[in-house]
Amino acid sequence: MSRLTEKARDGALKQVGTRPLRPDGIDKVTGRARFGADAVAPGMLVGKILRSPHAHARIKAIDTTKAEALSGVKAVITADDFGDVDESLTDTLHNIMAHGKALYEGHAVAAVAAVNMSVARQALKLIEVDYDVLPHVTDVEEAAQPDAPLIREDLLTVGVNPPATKPSNISARHEFGHGDVGKGFAEADIIVERTFRTEATHQGYIEPHSWLGSMGPDGQAELWGCTQGHYMVRDTCAGLLGIDVSKLRVTASEIGGGFGGKTTVFVEPVVLALSRKANRPVKITMSREEVFKATGPTSSSANRVKIGITKDGRITAADAELFYQGGAFPGSPVEFGAMAAFACYALENVRAVGWDVLANRPKQAAYRAPGAPMIVFAVESVIDELARRIDMDPVDFRLKNAPKEGDRSSYGPKFGPIGLIQTLEAAKAHPHYSAPLGPNQGRGIAAGFWFNFGGMTCSNINIGNDGTVTIAVGTPDIGGSRASMCLMAAEEFGIPYDRVKAIVADTSALGFNDVTDGSRVTFSSGYATIQSARAAIGEMCKRAAQIWGIPEEAVDWSDGHARPSGPNAGDFEPLSMAEIAASAARTGGPIAGHHEVNVDGAGVSFGVHIADVEIDPQTGRSTVTRYTVLQDAGKAIHPAYVEGQYQGGAVQGIGWALNEEYIYGEDGRLQNAGFLDYRMPVASDLPMIDTQIIEIPNEGHPYGVRGVGETPIVPPLGAIGNAVSQAIGLRVTETPMSPPRLLAMMSSYREAAE
Amino acid sequence: MSGIHVTTTINGDEAEFICQPDETLLDVLRDRMGMTGSKEGCGSGDCGACSVMVNDRLVCSCLVLGAEAEGARVDTIEGMADGETLHPLQRKFLEHAALQCGVCTPGFLVAAKALLEKNPDPSEIEVRYWLAGNLCRCTGYDKIIRAVMDAAAEMRGA
Repeated sequence: MSRLTEKARDGALKQVGTRPLRPDGIDKVTGRARFGADAVAPGMLVGKILRSPHAHARIKAIDTTKAEALSGVKAVITADDFGDVDESLTDTLHNIMAHGKALYEGHAVAAVAAVNMSVARQALKLIEVDYDVLPHVTDVEEAAQPDAPLIREDLLTVGVNPPATKPSNISARHEFGHGDVGKGFAEADIIVERTFRTEATHQGYIEPHSWLGSMGPDGQAELWGCTQGHYMVRDTCAGLLGIDVSKLRVTASEIGGGFGGKTTVFVEPVVLALSRKANRPVKITMSREEVFKATGPTSSSANRVKIGITKDGRITAADAELFYQGGAFPGSPVEFGAMAAFACYALENVRAVGWDVLANRPKQAAYRAPGAPMIVFAVESVIDELARRIDMDPVDFRLKNAPKEGDRSSYGPKFGPIGLIQTLEAAKAHPHYSAPLGPNQGRGIAAGFWFNFGGMTCSNINIGNDGTVTIAVGTPDIGGSRASMCLMAAEEFGIPYDRVKAIVADTSALGFNDVTDGSRVTFSSGYATIQSARAAIGEMCKRAAQIWGIPEEAVDWSDGHARPSGPNAGDFEPLSMAEIAASAARTGGPIAGHHEVNVDGAGVSFGVHIADVEIDPQTGRSTVTRYTVLQDAGKAIHPAYVEGQYQGGAVQGIGWALNEEYIYGEDGRLQNAGFLDYRMPVASDLPMIDTQIIEIPNEGHPYGVRGVGETPIVPPLGAIGNAVSQAIGLRVTETPMSPPRLLAMMSSYREAAE
Repeated sequence: MSGIHVTTTINGDEAEFICQPDETLLDVLRDRMGMTGSKEGCGSGDCGACSVMVNDRLVCSCLVLGAEAEGARVDTIEGMADGETLHPLQRKFLEHAALQCGVCTPGFLVAAKALLEKNPDPSEIEVRYWLAGNLCRCTGYDKIIRAVMDAAAEMRGA
């Protein structure tokens, strides 16, 4: 363990762990902050996309002549306006603009740029598309059948033995595990096996995708807009448009939520292609309907889970089979699902097999801990049932089977320092866990896990000539990360927080930075920020040594000052950052520090949620009456924003569990593409969301940070499911547990009983 | 389409603009007046991100036509602070970390201000129901509700 991780454990950090105001806060409470749709450029045109009304159709011809002839239309593009691309980008290209076939309702087939929205709308109506409508499939289990309508005529399943010879909608099989599950089940006294289904949900960020792009005849291009990763946008768009990455400069605006949904491109390359053709800047802002129909929701899924235990509550074997529908392209998060399925348990015999299934739905995009919530819902439901079967407290049951440091995980590697046991113990000790319940109420508990990620990161720190600090990071600030960067830098320098500012640099200013995803930003940009600060401190010590005429080694840094140190250092007054910076011109020029790293060791995280739910027996409506989140943060840099991540993730999970779903009609069209009918939780649906931060330092970070953003959405489906199951006395196996579903379940049970 | 000339008051200042008959008040504020603090999250009145006051009434500006602002008094997020002094709600949102991505924040602040003008001492339930028309996907609402309750207490002098 590093010296500083020990410092974090000892509580020696002075600023990290406090709750100062966020540096971008004033802009955001006054309406001054610039989000994606707020960008403008001189001569800007309005872009608009024509989308398929059919779930599956061959595009026989597109006639754009009438649209092109309309006054005020400056460019019309179709798939023909994009050339050949690298194979790794083919799916992305075919998703942003249909090539040959429309694969889902809402799939883009053409786009226009016009002088205003009214003309753009008229132009879309003048584009004539000749469709040959094909049979479609939107359900995951139907899509996996051998006789289902084929979305790709040439798709052969990978990862199966013997190799597939007949095309299907199953793109891949993934398997994880170890031991011998057959032997494990033979040792079990009790086995429970059930099948669970979850419907797709959307990330539901409040800000629709919006981009402004400008591309000149010389191929020089700029993009401004909302994304979780502007370096990813640059590289992907350059590849799709066939230009050098150095010619495209991408600036990330403030981002109005993403949760994984803004980790790929949708309108960005379309904006550039229109701009190239029109030779004017073009802006496209999606409508909410477009966001629902043509950006990535998560997968729907059907999952079978089988777990065997001894009478005293030890798990002898665990087995799961996962089917995830990821839309019309390969790449559902079923691999992550299979890896995360049993991660909360130390198992000798475990197997999880995942199947990646295509259907006529929009290509799924990452959604907070992608792939984990659905299978963990299934696993935590079966665990709850087993604990009840042997009359064991569900927390004690999990404690008995919980992994600790050094144990082999269900997905392969051995765990480093982890905090599941401490988190479970905190849940058991929490007053919520022992509070009395009322009539028609149930209490559910569930655990959850996420891997977390580090990745390509670089940051720059510049010391101003007044001794203040500017940090440049390449990771968009989606939930308050600037505050965390400023806190970590202030801690390193030993200066007040308000002497530090953090900015999100554009793609031309820093080396490649991975996307703001994988719960990586506070960990990895924080890591690079700390190292950059240390580099700048080293430089300032050097400058102080020069001023004093003593060796560099004889200068120490503490509390924002260079200090002579050691017997031969001489007797000099400490030099402040402002003093050192003021003399920079005479001591060698500007002072900066930078750090580039592909950082590993993000540290996995575990969370435990407790949910109380009351069911109205007349309507089947569920009301969450109390909710508590407990999770290991490693070290909370800014605890208020860590709590915010816990609360926000929990509420997204509550929405997923209770009401949110993609509803498709017989025609393969989405029935509820708006916030009225796609029912996200509102303030009056919820109680306060209580939180408890556990801190088991992660050795991979100087202050012990581990990623926290994704784990909070993993347990809620299971916690709510277990609470509802207890309240109604029946095991719930589907999400959302909406009033019609619960009512039908309760009445069919009553009928069966009679 | 011919433009409609509209004379109105925005955040206390007289304002004039010419808009098309199908342009919403939100379009006018954002695209013609350059006031982009009000956000379009849905365009159908379901998310509250575009909340403004028209003649002291809280509305979704995506559901009001620009032409309807004729002779009206419009108040937006841009007029909420008094010079460099933040409104207590703005300050409490910052102090309570009641914003994460921040895109819903202007709408929440305008809606919460409207509530406190009507009811300076709301219960938690009243705050939750009043703000049920404003969607936030980041926070889980906990810190927002606390910020509004705290601002209300401060404004009452409690």
